Parts: sequence; structure tokens; C-alpha cells
Amino acid sequence: MSVTQNLPGRHEPEPWLEPGHTYASVTDKISSVVLTRPLGIGWLLGFGLTFSLVMVLNLAVGWLFMRGVGIWGINIPIGWGFAIVNFVWWIGIGHAGTLISAILFLLNQKWRTSINRFAEAMTLFAVACAGLFPLIHTGRPWMAYYMFPYPSTMGIWPQFRSPLIWDVFAVSTYGTVSLMFWFVGLLPDLATLRDRAKSRWQQVIFGALSMGWRGSARHWHRYQSAYLLLAGLATPLVLSVHTVVSFDFAVGIVPGWHTTIFPPYFVAGAIYSGFAMVLTLAIPMRKAYGLEGFITLRHLEQMAKVMLATGLIVAYGYFIEFFMAFYSGNKFDVFLAKQRLHGPYSHFYFALILCNILTPQLLWFRKVRRNIPALFVMSLIINLGMWLERFVIVVISLTRDFMPSAWGRYSATFWDYATFVGTLGLFTMLIFLFVRGLPAIAISEMRELVHQDSHGNEGHK
Amino acid sequence: MNERHSQIFGVMGEFSTPEDLLAATKKTREAGYKHVEAYTPFPVEGLAEAVGFRWTAVPLLTLMGGVGGGLTGFGLQYWVAAITYPMNIGGRPLNSWPAFIPVTFELTVLGASIFAVVGMLALNKLPQPYHPVFNVERFAQASTDKFFLCIEARDPKFDLAETSKFLQSLKAEHVNEVKDEE
Repeated sequence: MSVTQNLPGRHEPEPWLEPGHTYASVTDKISSVVLTRPLGIGWLLGFGLTFSLVMVLNLAVGWLFMRGVGIWGINIPIGWGFAIVNFVWWIGIGHAGTLISAILFLLNQKWRTSINRFAEAMTLFAVACAGLFPLIHTGRPWMAYYMFPYPSTMGIWPQFRSPLIWDVFAVSTYGTVSLMFWFVGLLPDLATLRDRAKSRWQQVIFGALSMGWRGSARHWHRYQSAYLLLAGLATPLVLSVHTVVSFDFAVGIVPGWHTTIFPPYFVAGAIYSGFAMVLTLAIPMRKAYGLEGFITLRHLEQMAKVMLATGLIVAYGYFIEFFMAFYSGNKFDVFLAKQRLHGPYSHFYFALILCNILTPQLLWFRKVRRNIPALFVMSLIINLGMWLERFVIVVISLTRDFMPSAWGRYSATFWDYATFVGTLGLFTMLIFLFVRGLPAIAISEMRELVHQDSHGNEGHK
Repeated sequence: MNERHSQIFGVMGEFSTPEDLLAATKKTREAGYKHVEAYTPFPVEGLAEAVGFRWTAVPLLTLMGGVGGGLTGFGLQYWVAAITYPMNIGGRPLNSWPAFIPVTFELTVLGASIFAVVGMLALNKLPQPYHPVFNVERFAQASTDKFFLCIEARDPKFDLAETSKFLQSLKAEHVNEVKDEE
């Protein structure tokens, strides 16, 4: 670190926290968003809009329950359609939250501190949206409990050799562990809110949620031990979840799915889209609540670098897919590769390349990485690109497989779009509720950062 | 112990920096006090050792949860696939263990995580809605920017006047009695 700092023309790295903050000032700033700040017109409008989209979701799902999956565009042979595209997209978005909170924690990356809390919230909400899709895609969701092993009177059990059952375990474990990790992280902050709350009902709610946390040395010791262990457990977990999701495809023999590159390339893609979503959320949030001193330009730049790196891994994945198709000499694989370029859905493929590979190359430039509007637009483009990637994987492979007599075409219906837009609304509404209901930045960790910073400065004197 | 002491939980001193608290805690232990607890708004390195706390069962519990979860996961799958609901598909082995690894792994992580979190809360005796330290008004600052040291009344060396004086000698900014209403 000191070597790079001494290079001529090199900027002194900016601090991760705006200078001049004290324990009390970070606490005030973050907790006031929850405790004292009045509801602004922007929040009310945003909440109202997203709430109405949740009503669209209710309508779409209600109609689905009445009429069945026939209201969607799926058919035979394209049985998966939007539901699985959206499932993979949402679950991938969740991965950045766990990466930030667990992997960057293990790597002792200080910059995770101001973004981990809301990235974890994002994970939870994204997993909630993701979990909805396979559930409603089963056709008879009221029988979804058949997927869990329970002693039924029929004497039947799940098929544990099926990736779809692995998925049930992976996603439900992921949701549970993410929730616990998030709650453990929140515990000291809930105690802070309890102690600072002015109104009775806030004191009662935060008092109950904080469980009587009092920050004793013994509490903290066990807390840190548990938190470190959870980070260590969540790290392989997050890698396993999208690996298992990719097994849903890779274990099948469908051309374009049956490849060994899928697990690593799905995981990289998940982190890629997740960081894009973190940026999409962080940029408006830091502006609206004046948190620029905590989520600094340097944080945004760092996230842009992670996007660039994971984007390159994804690009490598696309390349290997093509290479292996031709290298294998398998005529179905070769045919599928050509279908992506020339088939009926080739415009999706080219849009995908444009969004996921070409546009992010602008992130090589420091000017772009530090241009907030450009980053925001790019995060949206990458989110779109990752959605297109899943569309290409699901739809192109299924429309034209081995026998031309079994080929088909797919186009989404109004209800497909309504459900997808509805989950976007659900996700955003939950984010709106979260930023006003709970501390969006980990307060106790920020105090630790203040402490470390003051120590660092003393060391330099 | 006389009647007055049974109403007192301990004496609490307040400090402004973690360094002051850490130094005071060490001196308190050196002075022979055993039942000492420190309260901070964020984890302070070395403080747990300073109050005389070295070992936590959380990692061991986590290991047990992980081993238990993994064995449950594999055992369940083996029992389902090979014993209670066997399906002969082309004569393939019933105990197809490689296919059982993903679920075994997930349940290992799930078991370990639940034990880590529930174990941490249980060892910390949480949820605990009432604790005498909350009776001190200034203690609300313990979750913001103040650092507290509490010498508890059950300590054999505890004496309200003496111990308060001792805390003052450690340059505590405020010294408060902690009353227990139970």
C-alpha cells in the first residue's frame, strides 16, 4: 500500500469515511433517518408507486391461481419461460449482498462497512422475489410442500438425485442464513435505536427486537465469534447456491445447458448483477438521505471495479460456451451456438453482448467510474443484460433442441410481464420500507471505523 | 452482606474513550475485583480478556451444529433413497452418494449457522428484557459514544463507598450506583 502511495502522480487514496466524524455523529446521522426524519414527499410517492405495483403482482398471481399457468406464454417445449428467467435473475442479484457482507468481511475490506447492511437487505428481498417464481411456476403452488421431505400418508419422498430438489434446499438455506446474518448484524444497532428512540412505540418495538442487548464485553466477544463463523459459513454457501441453480440447467442434456462452465460462470454473473443492483440502489439512497459522507465516491468506484472484473469472467464464460460447442464437434451444440447468432431470438443475444460485455468496458476509465450518473445508467444496463442472459439460456435452448418436429416458439404474455414488474415493485417497496424502518448502514461498525481511523492518524504522527 | 447491599447491583463508571476504559478495566482486575463487566458501543479489542473472559463455546457449538446438520442431511437422503422409498432406475445403485452431496452441504451450513446464532444468543442470555444496568440513566449512551465499567456487588471485595472511590481514582467521568429493583 505504501509503495503505491509513493508513486509520482498517484493520488493519495481518499478515506472510506468523510473526515471529522465521531462516534456520536455517525450514530446521529444514521439513526435519525429512522427515528426523527419526517416522511418526505419523495418517499411517499416512491412507496405509493411501488405499492401499486405490488397490487399488480397480487392481481397477476391471483389470476394465475384461478386460471393456471396457461395464462403465461409457456408451452411445450418451452416449459420454463419468464418464471425461471426471473427466478435466476433475482437470486443472482441477492448474491452481491452476501459477497459484500461475508467474503469482504473475511478479506478484511474496510469499504464493506458502509454498504453491507443495505446490501444484505437487498439479498433478502431479492431471495423473496426469487422464491416466488418456482413456487407459482409449479402450477399447483398449494402443494409446494411436496418438495420438502415429510412423512406423508402416501409414503412418497422427494427425489434427492434431482437438481430441482437441491435447489429447494439451497435457496431455503440461503434465505435462512442470510436472514440470520442480517439480524445478528442488526442487533447492536437495534439497541442503539432503542436507547435513542423518543416515542413509546419506537422504544417498545426496538426494545423487543434488540432482545436486551447491552454491549457488554462478554456479549461482544461471543457476538464477534458468531459473526466471523457466519461469514465463514456464508462464503461457501453463496458460491454453492448459484452453482446449484446452474445445475438445474447443467445436469440436463439440453444443448447449451449441458456444460461444465455453468457453475463458475453463473456465480460470476450473479455477483456481476448483484453489484449492479447495489449501485442502482446506493446512488439514489445516498443522495436522498445525505449519506455521501459514508458511501463515498471511492465506494462507488470500488463497486464499479468489481463489476468490471466479474463482467470479464462472464465474457469469458460466453466465449467458452462458443468454443466448447465447436470444439466438442457435437452437431446439436454447434447448431445451438449458431442459433444464438442467427436464430429467431438472435436480437436478444446481441443485446446481451452489448449490455454485458461491450458497455461495461467503459469502466476501464477512471472518469467513467467516478461519474455518478454514468455509473447509475450502467448499473441499469447491466441488470438488463443479466436478465437477457437468462432469457437467452432458457428460451433459445428450449425452442430448438434435437428434433425439428419438436421445435417451438415462445413469447411472453401480459401476465408474464405483470408478474415480473410486480416483483420489481415488491422488491423496491421493501427497500423503501427498510430505509425508513431500520438503520440502512451498520452503525456499530461505522463507530469501529471511526475508532480505527483515529488510531491510524495517531500512528502517522 | 447487609440489607443495603442487596438492593445494589454494582457501581458503574463512565469513560469517553475505549483506551481509558481498557486501562481502567485492567487496573480494576489488578486491584483484585473479579466480577467486572465493561459495556461499549462497539467491540473493543482486548476488553473481553481484560474483564477475565477468555473462552467462548460458540465455535464448538457451531461445529456441533454443522456435523449434526451434515449427518442429518446425508442420513435422511440415504434412508429415503436406499431404504424406505427405493426406486430401481436401470439398476443404478440406490446409495448414489455423489448426488446427495449438495443437500448434505446445504444442511451442514444450515445446522452450523443456526447453532452459531442461537448459541450466541443463548450464551449471552438473550432475549433478556430487564437488566439492572439499564436503571442508570446515562447508560443509554453505552450504545452511542460512552464506555462503561461496572463492578458488581456480588464481588467479595465490593464495598459501595470504597469501590465508588476506587472508580473515581481511575478518572471515571461519572460514577453511578446501579440499583436492582428485583
